[in-house]
Amino acid sequence: METIKTILINLPYILEGTYTTVLLVLGALSLGFCIGVPLAILQVYGNRFIRQLVALYVWFFRGVPILLLLFLFYFGLFIGFNLDALTASGLVLGLTSSAYQSQIFRGSIQSLPLGQFKAGCALGMSNFQIIKSIILPQALRLSIPGWSNEYSILLKDSTLCFAVGATEIMARTHFVAARTYHHLSLFIVAGFLYFLITLIGIKILRFIEKKYAIPGYTLSV
Amino acid sequence: MEFLDLAFYTERIIPKLTDGMIESLWLIIPASLIGGAFGILMGVLRVFGANWIKKIADSFVAIIRGVPLTIQLMILYFGLPNIPYLKLYLDPYQAALLGFIFCTGAYQSEYIRGALLSIKQGQIKAGQALGMTKFQIIWSIIVPQAFRKAIPGCGNEIIYLIKYSSLAYLVTHIELTGEAKILVSRTFKPTEVYLIAGCYYLFLVTVATWLLNLLERKLYIPGFGKAK
Amino acid sequence: MTTLLSAKNISVTLGSRKILDNISLDMNAGDLKVLIGPSGAGKSTLLQCINHLIAPDQGEIYLEGKKINTNNNAELCHLRQNVGMIFQDFNLFDHLTALENVCLALIKVHKLSKADAQKRARKELERVGLANRAGLYPAQLSGGQKQRVAIARALAMDPKILLLDEPTSALDPELVGEVLLVINDLAKNGMPMIMATHQMDFVRSLATEVLFMEHGVIIEQNSPKVLLAEGAKTRTLDFCSKLNNLKDSCTVLG
Repeated sequence: METIKTILINLPYILEGTYTTVLLVLGALSLGFCIGVPLAILQVYGNRFIRQLVALYVWFFRGVPILLLLFLFYFGLFIGFNLDALTASGLVLGLTSSAYQSQIFRGSIQSLPLGQFKAGCALGMSNFQIIKSIILPQALRLSIPGWSNEYSILLKDSTLCFAVGATEIMARTHFVAARTYHHLSLFIVAGFLYFLITLIGIKILRFIEKKYAIPGYTLSV
Repeated sequence: MEFLDLAFYTERIIPKLTDGMIESLWLIIPASLIGGAFGILMGVLRVFGANWIKKIADSFVAIIRGVPLTIQLMILYFGLPNIPYLKLYLDPYQAALLGFIFCTGAYQSEYIRGALLSIKQGQIKAGQALGMTKFQIIWSIIVPQAFRKAIPGCGNEIIYLIKYSSLAYLVTHIELTGEAKILVSRTFKPTEVYLIAGCYYLFLVTVATWLLNLLERKLYIPGFGKAK
Repeated sequence: MTTLLSAKNISVTLGSRKILDNISLDMNAGDLKVLIGPSGAGKSTLLQCINHLIAPDQGEIYLEGKKINTNNNAELCHLRQNVGMIFQDFNLFDHLTALENVCLALIKVHKLSKADAQKRARKELERVGLANRAGLYPAQLSGGQKQRVAIARALAMDPKILLLDEPTSALDPELVGEVLLVINDLAKNGMPMIMATHQMDFVRSLATEVLFMEHGVIIEQNSPKVLLAEGAKTRTLDFCSKLNNLKDSCTVLG
């Protein structure tokens, strides 16, 4: 009874964190998308030097722990001036995610038959036009399932931002838990909240995936 | 100056962390292989399975992806023994490995599903026209193609696995991060120890990236991807 | 003598539109039937109904007098093993070399050992003149070569009958010849075939029967001599002369 009462009293406070969490995740996903797509294109179509530069970027952001990056950015070691917790967190999550997202998009671009690019060339389109209006529209659709992974992982990684003081769901849960000592039940509530947010996102992405499915690519045996 | 005391590193930190890394590899390698196979199976079932199988597999993936891994590990280790009648005790290693396999499988299945979307129905028709069974078509025509196309995405998951393997300390399995924590508590040098532990993880990620590139190049299918 | 294969009362409906309307067809040894007709007539659908790549709404398929129970997967696979198919757009397996494309079904369906399958596959590739291309992937082959690999792949299964769905229409004109040459050879060796094509010279010289289709119905059905005779008042000849005019005007323009 005591536990339920504690949860109910503190739920609004924890739920307020949803706003920060969702803002953080959507911001980081968008940033990751905006950087990840060009990176993927450069890694597929760029010359050797550019390809290796992208590979280095991907290696760095996939290899260095998020927590370390968070401290570097938050305490201004990286860019020379201090950022507030939310901006630093969003930036770090976004940059990290861009490395992962670039690999998802690269996989999709490389799974398109060469003929698609050639057909564009044959119509006299420029490389930029081909990538923008032939390659990407197809590759992005194929990326949706993999991208939903990135969404779900980013959501969970956003909990790390508590370390630099971003007051998202996990941070608030920690505060309440430290005050009330109902650790287990509070974390189960938080876990359920994350599950719910993941589920909503997955459902939306699945809907988009079905809506924009390319005819002829729906497999059935 | 103690910061430059080389013996401290070579005698105390490096051997312990190396032991920890080997322990981590015992988690990472089986989890990525078994989890990968599990992911391929789930991916195939989610596309080609009967409706009820699709529903079950989809829900499983949604739960694994939705619930934070920390909580899943806690349930596997601390929760399962408390379930009446089941009372399943897993040792720390088993609990961690099982958690990682489920997690990797769920995420890999999504990458495989994405790759399956890029394969045309014509490939299946050609197999059918040769009199191949559904099973044969899926496993010798569709999956090999999907797997190759999914490697970049699957690589993401393997790298996530390397980093998330540190969560094994939650269920008291001592691997790289666990050893680092112990060293910190003994030496009171968190910066040095964690910095070196970070280098170990970076090393693992580098090796994984290199292996994945090799695999991708070896399994390259001519006619896909580059405008050359 | 029993008929090799017969399709009885095949109907396919898409929404309210009849794609195939109650079509029947018998194949005997030595038959080479050609389907002609405007696009959308249902030729491709009919061919795919015969080996059940498309499930017709009505109708039955008999293989050597035995009705195929299409709900039974084993019987369905048996039918398809005996009926080879060549697609308009080849459908080679992109991840396998020419040789592996031919081998795959031999190993998986006929359970040949890898060595035996390769031996057989090489023989078939040689037959279509591609022995020296065995190690290349589909993307590294020309259209004509791809189609010849597809033919080798079908032949390796020892089909009793071959279905060809406009096998040359996706090819450059100068590549049509090499594929037709292979099909020509097959016809001379008595391989029963049902083929959708608009290669009229080929039809005139080799077809035993021409079926003219429109709107899912067979309108005319007779030997090419009758249907394509000089001055015959048939829809087939009308359609073909239009095709010819088109070709001539293309030649003039070209």
